Amino acid sequence: MTVTPPTVAAEEPRRAYRRFRSTKGRETWAGLGMIAPAGILLVLFLIIPVILAFALSFTNARLISPNPPRFVGMDNFLRAFTADPVFLQSVGNTAVFALVVVPVQAGLGLLLAVLVNRRMRGITAFRVIFFIPVVTSIVVVSILWKFMYQNDGLINSMIDAITFGAWQGADWLNDPNTALGAIIVMSIWQAVGFHMIIWLAGLQTIPEELYEAAKMDGASPWRQFTSVTWPGLRPTMVFVLVTITIAALGLFVQISVMTQGGPVNSTSTIVFHAVRKGYAQQEIGYAAAISLIFFIAVLVIALIQRRLTREKD
Amino acid sequence: MTATRTLTTAPAESRRTARSIAPERSAKAQRRWGKVFLYIALSLFGIIFLFPLVFMFVSSLKPDSQILQDIDSVAAFLPVGDISLDNYFGVFDRVPVAQFMFNSVLVTVLTVGLGLIVNSMAGFALSRLAWKGRIVVLAVIIATLIVPFETIAVPMVYWVAQLPTLVMEGGVLKYDFGWLNTYQVQIVPFIANAFSIFLFTQYFSTIPKSLDEAARIDGASWFTIYRRILVPLSGPAFATVAILTFLPAWNQYLWPLMVVQKEELRPVMVGVQYFFQLNTAWGEVMAYTSLITIPVLIVFLVFQRAFVSSIAASGVKG
Repeated sequence: MTVTPPTVAAEEPRRAYRRFRSTKGRETWAGLGMIAPAGILLVLFLIIPVILAFALSFTNARLISPNPPRFVGMDNFLRAFTADPVFLQSVGNTAVFALVVVPVQAGLGLLLAVLVNRRMRGITAFRVIFFIPVVTSIVVVSILWKFMYQNDGLINSMIDAITFGAWQGADWLNDPNTALGAIIVMSIWQAVGFHMIIWLAGLQTIPEELYEAAKMDGASPWRQFTSVTWPGLRPTMVFVLVTITIAALGLFVQISVMTQGGPVNSTSTIVFHAVRKGYAQQEIGYAAAISLIFFIAVLVIALIQRRLTREKD
Repeated sequence: MTATRTLTTAPAESRRTARSIAPERSAKAQRRWGKVFLYIALSLFGIIFLFPLVFMFVSSLKPDSQILQDIDSVAAFLPVGDISLDNYFGVFDRVPVAQFMFNSVLVTVLTVGLGLIVNSMAGFALSRLAWKGRIVVLAVIIATLIVPFETIAVPMVYWVAQLPTLVMEGGVLKYDFGWLNTYQVQIVPFIANAFSIFLFTQYFSTIPKSLDEAARIDGASWFTIYRRILVPLSGPAFATVAILTFLPAWNQYLWPLMVVQKEELRPVMVGVQYFFQLNTAWGEVMAYTSLITIPVLIVFLVFQRAFVSSIAASGVKG
C-alpha cells in the first residue's frame, strides 16, 4: 500500500517525459522551419553585410577593380582621422545637426502632444495635419524646401513680408553659414509629427486618476505637468531620444538631394561622406571604415543615452 | 469615460455654484478663453505644417513665370492666374512616370506582402514554439535592431553584386552573377525585418497558449495553428507591420540610387533626379512631386486611424 504510490509516481512522469520529448522534437523542427525564411534572409542581408563591412574596412577594396582586395591594417581609420579633413568636418556637421535636432524635435513633439491630448471638437484633424509631413517622402520634402529656400523663393518673400522688409533673408542653401541651419529647420518640420504621436501614446498611458488627485491637491497645470506628466513619460522619453538620435546621426537624403554636401563641405555628413567615398568614388574599403566608425559612434551614444536616462529612476 | 466623469463632477459643481456664482462664471470664462487660445495655437502650427505642401500643389498648376510672380503674395498659396495641368503633361513627356509608378507599386506590394508572411512566421516560431536555440536567436534579432541601414549600404552593394541570379536568355533559363539592375535587389533584402519580427513576437505572446493546446489535441499541425488561429486573431499586428514597412518601401531612395541604373526598373523617388538640369523647370518638378505624394496621402487619410495607432504601438512596445 505504501509501496505502490511511489512506483506509479515514477512511472507517470517517465511516460509523460517520453511524450514530451517527442512533441518537443517535432516542435523544434516546426520552429526551425518557420523561422528559416526570415533567418536565412537576415543572415544574407544583415549579418553577412555587417561582417563584410567589418572585414572590408581593413582592406583597400574598390567597387570595380581587377585586383583583389589587399589587407591594409588600420590605414583606413588612420586616414579618416589624420588625412581627410572632409571626414572630420562631416563628423562636426553631423554632431551639430544632432545636438540641435534631438532636443528641439523632442521638445516640440512633446509640446504638440500635450496640445492635442484632449477631447475636443476637431482635435483629430489637427493630429492628422501635424502628421502629414511624416508620410510625405523626405525626398519630396527636400526638393520642395530646396525650391522654397532659393534666393528669390518663398521663405525669403515670407520673411520680407513678416518683418516689413527689415530683414532680407539669405541665399540659404548656397551660403556656408546658413546651409546646415536651413536643413535643420526643414528636418525638424518633417519628422516632429512622428514624435508627437509617440509622446501622445505615452501621455495616454498616464492614469486619469493621478490628474484628478493632483487637481484635488490644488496643483497648477504646470505643477501637474512636472509632478504627474513628466515622471509618467520616462519610458517614452528614452525611446524618443534614442530614435531621434539614431535618425539624426544617419542624416543623408536631405544632403544628397539639396546640397551634395556643399557649399564648401558645410553640410557634408558622415553617411553622406561614406556614400560619396564608397559609391561615387568607388573606395569601398575606406567607406566601410567610415561606416564602422559611424556604427560604433551610434552604438556608444545610444548606450550612454540609455544609461543616463535610466540612472535618474 | 467622459460621461462618467461629468456625472461625478456635476454635484460638486452645483454645490460650488450655490455657494458663489461669480468665481464659477470667471472660471468658466477662463476655460473658454483657454480653449480659444488653444485653437489659435493649433491653427498656427497647422499653417506651419501645411503651407509647404499647399505651395507645392498650387505651384504644380502654374507655369514658372506665374509661380515667380505670385511668390511675394498670398497668391503663392491660391490656385489663381494662369492655371492648367500643363506641368503634368510636361512630366509625362519628360519621364516614364507610369513605369516608375508601376515599379514602386510592385516593389512596395511585394516587400510588404512577403514581409508580413515571413516575419509573422518567424514571430510565431519565437513566441509560441519551444525549440533549442530560441532564446539565442531572439537575442540576435533584437541586437540587430541597432544596426542602421546606412552603415551596411555600401558593403551591401559590393555583396549583392556577387550574388547568383537566374536570367531568361532567349527562352532559356540561365545562371548568372550580380543582382544589380533587377527588381529582386529592391525587394528581397528588405523582406525580413528584425523590428517586424519583434512586433509579431510581442503580439503573439499576448494570445492565450491554451488555444494551441486545444488545436494540438485535435491533431492540427503547427503551421495550421499559425495559419488558422494566430493569423486571424492578429489583425492589429499585421496592420501595424504593414504600415510601418509600407512607408520606407515606397520612399526608398539611397538603395535604388546605388543598385539600379536601368531607367525602366527605377522607382518614383529616384525619378526626381531627371528634373534637375541647368534650368530646372520648377512647375514640372512640383507636378512630379505632387504625383508621387498624392497616392501616399490618400492611403494615409483613408487609414489615418490605423497609421496613428501603428506608430503609437511601435513606440510603446519598442
